[in-house]
Amino acid sequence: MPIPSSEIIVIGAGVNGLACAARLAGQGHRVTLVEAASAPGGAMALAHLTPGIDPRVAKDMDLARHGLTFHPELAATLLSQNSPHLTVRGGEASGGDLDPTEVAAFRNLHKRLSRFAAALAPFRAMTPPRLAAKGNEWGKLARLGLGLRAMGKADFREFLRMILINAHDAATDELTDDRLRGLIAFDATLGGWLGPRSPNSLILYLNRLAMGGALVPKGGMAAVAGAMAQAAQAKGVTLRLNARVARLLVEADQASGVELDSGEKLHADLVVSAIGPKATFRDLVGPRHLDTGFYTAAGHIRARGATARLALSLTAPPDFRGADPAGRLIIAPSSEAVERAWNPVKYAGVPDRPVMEITLPHAHDGGPPRLTALVQFAPHDPADKAAAKARMLENTLTVLEDHAPGLSATIGETEFLMPWEIEARYGLAGGNWHNGDLAVEQMLFLRPMAGAARYDTPLPRLWLAGSGSHPGGWVTGAAGWNAAGGILEALR
Amino acid sequence: MSYDALIIGAGHNGLVAACYLARAGMKVCVVEKNDWIGGAAVSRELFPGFTYSNCSYVSSLFRPEIMRDLELPRHGLQILPYEGGAVLTRNGGYLAMFRDHDANRREFARHSPRDAEAYDRYSRDILRFCRFIRPMLMRTPPDPSRFRPRDLSELAFLGRQIGALSEGQIAAMVRFWTMSIADFLDEYFENPVIKAYLAVSAIIGTALGPMSPGSAYVLLHHYMGDVDGNVGAWGFARGGMGAITQALSKSLAAAGGEIRAGQGVDQVLVEGGRAVGVVLANGDEIRARRVISNMDVKRTFLGHVAEKDLPGDFVKRVRAFKTRGSSGKLNIALDAAPVFPALPEGSPMLKGDLHFTDSMERMERAYDDWKDGQFSRDPFQDAMIPTMIDPTMTPPGKHFMSCFVQYAPPKIAGRDWTDADRDAFRDTCLNQIEAYAPGFKNKVLHVEVRTPRELEAEVGLTEGNIFQGELTFDQLLFNRPVPGYADYRSPIRDLWICGSSTHPGGGVMGAPGRNAAAEILRDAKLGTRGMRDAYPVL
Repeated sequence: MPIPSSEIIVIGAGVNGLACAARLAGQGHRVTLVEAASAPGGAMALAHLTPGIDPRVAKDMDLARHGLTFHPELAATLLSQNSPHLTVRGGEASGGDLDPTEVAAFRNLHKRLSRFAAALAPFRAMTPPRLAAKGNEWGKLARLGLGLRAMGKADFREFLRMILINAHDAATDELTDDRLRGLIAFDATLGGWLGPRSPNSLILYLNRLAMGGALVPKGGMAAVAGAMAQAAQAKGVTLRLNARVARLLVEADQASGVELDSGEKLHADLVVSAIGPKATFRDLVGPRHLDTGFYTAAGHIRARGATARLALSLTAPPDFRGADPAGRLIIAPSSEAVERAWNPVKYAGVPDRPVMEITLPHAHDGGPPRLTALVQFAPHDPADKAAAKARMLENTLTVLEDHAPGLSATIGETEFLMPWEIEARYGLAGGNWHNGDLAVEQMLFLRPMAGAARYDTPLPRLWLAGSGSHPGGWVTGAAGWNAAGGILEALR
Repeated sequence: MSYDALIIGAGHNGLVAACYLARAGMKVCVVEKNDWIGGAAVSRELFPGFTYSNCSYVSSLFRPEIMRDLELPRHGLQILPYEGGAVLTRNGGYLAMFRDHDANRREFARHSPRDAEAYDRYSRDILRFCRFIRPMLMRTPPDPSRFRPRDLSELAFLGRQIGALSEGQIAAMVRFWTMSIADFLDEYFENPVIKAYLAVSAIIGTALGPMSPGSAYVLLHHYMGDVDGNVGAWGFARGGMGAITQALSKSLAAAGGEIRAGQGVDQVLVEGGRAVGVVLANGDEIRARRVISNMDVKRTFLGHVAEKDLPGDFVKRVRAFKTRGSSGKLNIALDAAPVFPALPEGSPMLKGDLHFTDSMERMERAYDDWKDGQFSRDPFQDAMIPTMIDPTMTPPGKHFMSCFVQYAPPKIAGRDWTDADRDAFRDTCLNQIEAYAPGFKNKVLHVEVRTPRELEAEVGLTEGNIFQGELTFDQLLFNRPVPGYADYRSPIRDLWICGSSTHPGGGVMGAPGRNAAAEILRDAKLGTRGMRDAYPVL
């Protein structure tokens, strides 16, 4: 028997909103995707790389047919100011002065962590289990536990030891090369609000390994948004741009639609919010329709961005002392250097020597020389924002110049976004990439918060589908896809 | 001459284990390298007429079940609870602390009415976490990678504990265990001084700052003790912390056990894959049916066992076991009580712990110095004057002051501490106190300065880590000290470990020694009838 079709509004045409809307429409529901901006994509524009769109999403939306293709996976080049650069491709590190035993140690560590990541991957694809539910949720958890145990006794023990360890210790215990340690420290903390010495940081590295490598879409991030929007529309999604939602409509204690900025009211059987959970509960719903304790807890969702984004147009291609321009260029000379860049941000200060990940878009798609960089760590709420921004930019450019002598003289246009500007432009709470810190205490059944971790919310007919929900952000669409699964199950 | 059990190290855990084994009928000998006993729970006269608790300085965690089992009050142990405490603030004010929840609440209200409200909620939540974790202190952690009946039954026990909670409670608990204390307190409180006071327990002894995830658990670790049933209360041992180990040694003597002080162990004797005794530093051999080490796991296996007798993976894990020291201490003989003009005269605040750090940010910055390999320029000090309550430690009118200091690294910028470093460290700490108690320095008769270097050399704590190993999840429960060896056993048959390197970790708690004894008695088929289970939290 066919499922009766429902009228569904999805708020926010970012990667998760698009994935969610497309999956729902694909099952015969009438889906309207409302987006405040004039183009789809949301915070995708902030990224310069993607670990790859979740294979479930890519397949169902047939994104390849809609023109989405990627350049070959990028190797990481670990830039050095005075010694040879190292190149890391998967678990293989190479470079002039690297000791063979260190190469083997890195390979072994990468293999082991990849096995852990593979064991965690199924968690990413699931709706977080309920903990105290009747029924078979505990059985499901036990099965997952046994699945982990299947990796063998030695690995399982190491897994339990390392699951909440910090990235610095994990890297330092196994490796001696500062640059390789720096890579793990950097990759573990990119997009987060923690340093490599913070406990619970290695799991973020495992999460990245579980997602995949570093890919540049042909045509840039805008091409991802374009392909996904086209695919969603092909499935019947109605996309409404320039439509900012002012508030949620609630009738009889149930979500019943949205009211746009323009005053226009859209009614629906279900509303799915693919924007941040904090904004959803605190701004769109408001305290009237939520339990006080829940409303307060929603205010406690921690969302602190610590990543700035730099985009430069250049008059000449930069030369990072011979580094492959098509690589993912990392400036993180050691794990300690990453930690030192983190320290001042705890007090809303600016690091002297920021660490960063650089891509050179012209090396992939041609066109005039450009540089993008994700720079860490940047304060999200300093007292003097203008001064903090100026200092952060200055320090960033100094580090760049040190690694690519002469670069400063070739800078044309500069766009530099601090976390609060990222928040203003993309609506990401606190400028945090994941619309809520991706940290262990906000993961799985605690993401974005207890009581709303299974994509449904205490307000009937309101659902969540954004990166604030499990399994968090990055340009993959996993959260939106999972959410649609939960919604479809509920409608069945 | 051969013993049933030979214990290396007369610290509190070694003595607790010895007592239980002796009471079960074993012939027990404890050997101690120092001429005195007690390990890090000692009272020593280091200045004429003054008794110092020169290492550990507070009793809260010591399990009351053990006190009763071993009849320690009968052997002279008396715990005196703190009567107050205070945080002195930079602006000349203070936040006072009392024994009574309602009095604290009123004091909080003076700083923030909203925080006074939150204090009830906070205390209730913390108590719930304590209630959950308490029973686990006195049990051997299960090995989740194995399916032995005991592992399965312990896992089932854990499952039942969790199953008794509501979904919301489970969520709250998992968050608490993984969060930083700074984030956790931010959810309850707004006043920086109140937060700084409450965050203290989360950083004491650890190489973490208040903003490090996982630091909230450390708070619980310090909170799960009690004095006279007051959960979270701290107290002094009358006569100094040595009173605990002295009472244990008397209890041991009463059970027929023997202690040999001044007899350091050189090597554990291993024959045919079994531990059969020890060789002392003086070359003598003592043979025993089993050997139990109260030394930390690194010192035991890297220092006193031949590497060839151990599996390579095990040695690698032991080497990587984190024992980074983070604390130092000043032990001060005072000619007269210090005067803190900010505190009301005659208040009970001097009868407890005094802090001079009025924000979590200052604590975190102190930690940043440690990460850079320096001692904190603006350190956090937990200072107290036990002689305000206990007159037995000094001549009349004089005082002993104990200042516990965070943070002090095991090495200064990668090199060993020098005497000049130590002096600079001392001056930094004394000057901080002087700023709140003018004239304080003039009252100082003698100072003993303890950096991680001294803690390692004297007590034997590797890198001066007071917990014999960091209290982060990778080193807790079934991971402590090494995955697969959380049951107090080692790869060598009949060689056991019973110190704070084992579950449930550091603090003068006695639980590791007790749990190790329980495993040994089970292994020897002697039963554990003389051991109480953990008392519930009421």
